[in-house]
Amino acid sequence: MHAIQYAAPRTLQDALEILQEYGAKARILAGGTDLIVQAGTGARSVDVIVDGKRIPELMHLAFDPADGLTIGAAVPCCRIYEDPQISRRYPGLADAVSIIGGMAIQGRASVGGNLCNASPAADSVPALIAYRATALIVGPKGEREVPVERFCTAPGRTVLGEDELLLSLHLPTPPPRSGAAYLRFIPRNEMDIAEVGVGVSLTLDEQGTISGARIALAAVAPTPLFVPEAGDSLAGSAPTEESFRRAAQIARDASRPINDIRGTIEHRKHLVGVLTRRALERALERARQAG
Amino acid sequence: MSEEKNDRLESSNGDVSRRQFLKGLGGGIAVTGVLATATETETEAHPAPEPASASAVQRLRGKVRVRLNINGQEMTALVEPRTTLLNTLRDHLDLTGAKKVCDRGSCGCCTVLVNDKPVYSCMMLAVDAQGKKITTVEGLGTPEKMSPVQEAFVEHDALMCGFCTPGFVVSCTALLQKNRNPSLEDVKKACSGNVCRCGTYPHIFEAALAAAKKMRGA
Ligand SMILES: Cc1cc2nc3c(=O)[nH]c(=O)nc-3n(C[C@H](O)[C@H](O)[C@H](O)COP(=O)(O)OP(=O)(O)OC[C@H]3O[C@@H](n4cnc5c(N)ncnc54)[C@H](O)[C@@H]3O)c2cc1C
Ligand code: FES
Ligand code: FES
Repeated sequence: MHAIQYAAPRTLQDALEILQEYGAKARILAGGTDLIVQAGTGARSVDVIVDGKRIPELMHLAFDPADGLTIGAAVPCCRIYEDPQISRRYPGLADAVSIIGGMAIQGRASVGGNLCNASPAADSVPALIAYRATALIVGPKGEREVPVERFCTAPGRTVLGEDELLLSLHLPTPPPRSGAAYLRFIPRNEMDIAEVGVGVSLTLDEQGTISGARIALAAVAPTPLFVPEAGDSLAGSAPTEESFRRAAQIARDASRPINDIRGTIEHRKHLVGVLTRRALERALERARQAG
Repeated sequence: MSEEKNDRLESSNGDVSRRQFLKGLGGGIAVTGVLATATETETEAHPAPEPASASAVQRLRGKVRVRLNINGQEMTALVEPRTTLLNTLRDHLDLTGAKKVCDRGSCGCCTVLVNDKPVYSCMMLAVDAQGKKITTVEGLGTPEKMSPVQEAFVEHDALMCGFCTPGFVVSCTALLQKNRNPSLEDVKKACSGNVCRCGTYPHIFEAALAAAKKMRGA
C-alpha cells in the first residue's frame, strides 16, 4: 500500500496548482462515496487527495429565476432536495438526487462527483441532461463550458484534462409550462444501481401542444445516453399516449445495453420503453401543474 | 500499529499523549528528529495550513495527528491521511460501537452522526472529520442509562446477532431528532442504508416508532 497525501485547499488557484503538479495522480474529493473505495482498493491509483469542500465555489448552491440553478461541484445531494424552492423548480433533479443511495450517502455524495465518476448508471446525469445542464470546467488556461451530454466519454472517463476540475453545474430556468421527471428500475427495493434510468423534460405551449422535449437514459450504453431524436419526435405533437409511445420506441431503439448481473439486454430495452413512457406522463402532469 | 494504540483522549483524562510527552522531553528541533525516526513524518493536521514548499497549500503526508470532537470530547489520534473515520474510531480510539462489515458504504453498520446527520464512517476520512461534531452509538447512551431508541430496541427485541444494531440505532436517532412523529414509511426510508442479515426489520421499525412515541411523551 503506498502512502496517500491529503490537501484541503481553500481557493481554486491552490487546487489547480496541485493538479498541475500531480496530474492524474491527484484526485478531487467531494463526498468520497466513490473515491474512498476506489482509492482504498487501488481501483484508482491516487497520490494526493485534494478535498474540494473547502473551496467556496464548489460548495455554492443558488437559484435565481433570471440565471437558473448553479450547483457547486461538491454540493451534497441533500442540500438540493432539502431546498423547497429548488426541488419545486427542478423536480426531475430532486427525483434523482433523493434516490442516490440512502440518507447516509445523500448527506455526502455530490452531483458533481456523480458526474465526474462517469458511471453509465449515474442517476443524476440523465436528469441533468433533460434540464439542458452545462458543466463549468476550470483549468490553468481558464474556464470552459461543456454540455453534460458530452461530459462522459467512456465508463470512468470524462472530458476533464488532468489539470482541470469541475467547478459547477448550471441548469437554465425551465420555461413556463415545463415538467420533468427521473425514473429508474432497480432489482432490489432500495440501495441498488439502476438497471435502467430515464430522465425526461417537456414544455407545453399555450394550447397544450408539446413545444420541446429531451430524453436521456442511464445504464444502457457505455456513457449516459442523450437521445435527441426521441425528444424531438414530440415537438409539435399533442401529449397523447400515442406520441409518448412513439418517443419511447425511439429511445428503446437508440439504447445499446449489455447483459450483466442487473439485467439482460432484452429486459433493459423493455424497461427503456416502459420508463420513458411513464416519465413522460409524470413530466406532463408536472408541466400542467406548473401552469 | 502498536505505537498508535496509545492514542487517546487528549485533555479530558489527564493522560499525557505521546506527542505531549515528546514535547516535554525535548523542544522544537530535537522533537522533530525523534518523531521523524519514530514515525516517518508527522504533520499537525489542525492548525491553519502552513505554506509548504511548492504550493501555498499544506499537504498532509506520513502520519497525521487529527483532532476530533467525538461524543462531546476532544480526542486525538495519529493516523494516515487515507485512514477512514471508522478505522480511527475502532483501531485508535477504542470506540468499537460502529462496526466494520463491508468497508465500502453498502451495509450501514458503521453509521455515525456527523453534525447530526447520518454518515457512513467507512466512507469519510478522519482528516475530513476534523472540526465537525461526531456522535457514535456510545455517545447516545450507556448500558446503565440508555437513550430512548436504545431502550426501545431492547424492549422490542430488535436484534438477533446485533452486528447491524449500532448502525440502525444511529440512523433511527437521526430520524427522530428531525421528525418527532415519523410514519412507518419515514422509518423505512431512514433505514434504507442499513442492512440486517438476520432480518430483524419488523422489530426495528416497531422499536423506532415506539421510541418516537415515548419521546413525544405520548
Ligand atoms: C452505498 C452506495 C450507494 C450508491 N447508490 C447510488 C445510486 O443509487 N445512484 C447513483 O448514481 N450512485 C450511487 N452511488 C455512487 C455515488 O454515491 C455517487 O456517484 C456520488 O454521487 C459520487 O459523489 P461524491 O461526492 O461522493 O464523489 P467522490 O467520491 O468524492 O468523487 C467521485 C469521482 O469524481 C471525481 N471528482 C469529484 N469531484 C470532482 C471535481 N469537482 N472535479 C473533478 N473530479 C471530481 C473524484 O476524483 C472521483 O474520481 C452509491 C454509492 C454507494 C457507496
Ligand atoms: S462498513 Fe461502512 S457501510 Fe458497511
Ligand atoms: S441482527 Fe444480525 S445483522 Fe441485524
